[in-house]
Amino acid sequence: MTQPPLSQPPSGKKTDMAVMLPFKQKSYERFRIELKPWHGVLLAMVCFFTTTYGYATTGPEVDSILTVMLRWIPLLLKGFLFNILISVLSMAVGTAVGTMLGLAQISLIGPVRHSSWFVTQFFRNAPWLVLLFFAMYLLPFEFNIGGITIPFPDWVKAIIGLSLPVMANVSEVVRGAVLSLPSGQWEAAESLAYTRRQTLWLIILPQCVKRMLPPWMNLYSILTMATVLAFIVGVPEVMTLTGRALAAEGERTDLLAPFYSFVLFLFFIYCYPIARWTVYLESKFAVKN
Amino acid sequence: MSWSDKEPMISVRNVHKSFGDFEVLKGVSFDVMKGEVICIIGPSGSGKSTLIRCINALNDINEGSILVEGQEVNDPKLNKLELRKKVGMVFQQYNLFPHKTALENVMMAPIRVLKEDKKEVEARARALIKKVRLEGKENAYPGELSGGQQQRVAIARSLAMKPDVMLFDEVTAALDPETVGEVLITIKELAEEGMTCILVTHEMGFAREVADQVYFTDKGLIVEHGAPETFFENAKDPRTKQFLSQIL
Repeated sequence: MTQPPLSQPPSGKKTDMAVMLPFKQKSYERFRIELKPWHGVLLAMVCFFTTTYGYATTGPEVDSILTVMLRWIPLLLKGFLFNILISVLSMAVGTAVGTMLGLAQISLIGPVRHSSWFVTQFFRNAPWLVLLFFAMYLLPFEFNIGGITIPFPDWVKAIIGLSLPVMANVSEVVRGAVLSLPSGQWEAAESLAYTRRQTLWLIILPQCVKRMLPPWMNLYSILTMATVLAFIVGVPEVMTLTGRALAAEGERTDLLAPFYSFVLFLFFIYCYPIARWTVYLESKFAVKN
Repeated sequence: MSWSDKEPMISVRNVHKSFGDFEVLKGVSFDVMKGEVICIIGPSGSGKSTLIRCINALNDINEGSILVEGQEVNDPKLNKLELRKKVGMVFQQYNLFPHKTALENVMMAPIRVLKEDKKEVEARARALIKKVRLEGKENAYPGELSGGQQQRVAIARSLAMKPDVMLFDEVTAALDPETVGEVLITIKELAEEGMTCILVTHEMGFAREVADQVYFTDKGLIVEHGAPETFFENAKDPRTKQFLSQIL
C-alpha cells in the first residue's frame, strides 16, 4: 500500500490549505464611483434635449430657446470666469493663511498650538454659507487707513468669506502631511544640528508638498463648486447672472432647465479634469515613497 | 569647558532614563577616550539605543551626568546645536532626505548649519562620497540606492560636519546580509583613522575586530565590559555568558 506523496493532497483539489491558495485581492472596483467622460456627454445631452424640448412646446410668438441661449451665453461665460477668479483668489489666500495656521498647529509653544487648533476646528466645522454671510455683514464696505479710503466691494468680501473654510482645511492638510513623515527625518535633521525652523523649511515641508497636492486639489474643486454661494450675497457670478437673464426673458419656465443645465455643464468641464488629475497624482505618489 | 584630550572625551555617570513608568537606564557609567572605539552589545530592550541617543541629547535624561568634551549634556541651558555639531550620528533606518540627491544630502548641513563656503563643502562632500566608495552615485536619489549604499551616504553626511565623535545606532540591522560588509568596512576604516566611535551593534565578529572596549548591557545596566579578547573568551557574568552562547 503506497501513500500518496505529501505534496499532492489525496482529494481532487490541488490543496485545501487556505495559506497555499494564491492570494487574491478582494476587488472593490465595482463599488467605486468616479466621474467618467460620458457623464459630461450626458450633461451636454440633457442641456441640448431640454433646449429642443422647450422649443417644441413653445409657440412661434417668442424667441426659440436656442436663440435666447445664444444671446446670454457670452454673459454667462463672463460670470463663470468670475467664479473661477473668486475660486483662485480664495484658494490663494486660504492656502497662504492656512499653511501658517497648520504650522502653528505643530508649534512647540503651547498657546500658539492650542489657539491655532481652535481656530482650525472652528472654521472647519462651520457651514461655508454661514461663513460667507459672516464675512459679508461683519466686514465694512470700505476701510479708512490714514485718510486713504480703501473700498471693500462685495466680491472681495466673498473671497474672504470663502477663504476662511479653505484656510481651516489647508491647515489640517498641512498638519496631517507633516505628521505623516517618519520621525526619523526629524531625528536625522536634529542630529545634524539643524534648527527646528530649518528642519521644517528645508527638510519636512518640501517632502510634504507631494503629499499635500491631491487633497489640496480636491479642496480646490469643492471650493470652485461652492463659489456659486456668492450668488446669495449678490456677487455677479454665473448663478446671479443666470437668474438675471431668466428674469430679463420674462421668467419663462421653459428656459429654466436649459439655463441651469448649461451652468452645470460649465462646472463639469472645469472640475472634471481637476478630479482626473488628482486621481492620477494620487496613484503616482502612492507607489513612490 | 577646559577639556584636554588626556581626559575622557565622553564621560557618562550614573545615567537614569525612564519612559513613563518604565526605567530604561538604571544608572549607567562609562568613559570614552579620544580615538577609542566602543561597542555596546546586549539583548533587545536593554537600553543600548536609548543610551547613545542621550549622548547627543536626542533623548534627555532624568538623572546623572553626561560630559561631552567637558560640556554637560544634562543641563536645561545646554546649546544642543553646538553639541550636535561635535557629535555625528548614523541611524538604523539611514534617514536620508529622500528629496535630495546623495551629494546634496552630504552638502546640506555644512552649508546651512555651519555656514561654510559652498565650493569648499562640495569638494569635501565629493571626497567623502569617494571615501565611502560611492563615486558615480553623487546625483542618485536615496530611493535609487540600495540599503547599504544609503547607509554609506548617511555616514558621509555625518562626517561632512567634521564631528569629533560618531554614534552608530545598529547601522547594519536593517540591511541585507550581503550589504552589511560594505558598511562595516567603511566604519572600520574610520576607526583606524582615529575617529572616536560608539557603536551599538549585533555584529559580534565586527565588535571583536574593531572595538577597544566592549560593553554588555542588560535591563538598563552595564553588566560587564572589557577588551574584546577577554570579553569574548572569558566572560564572567552569567548573563553575558548566556547572551554570547545564544549569539556565537
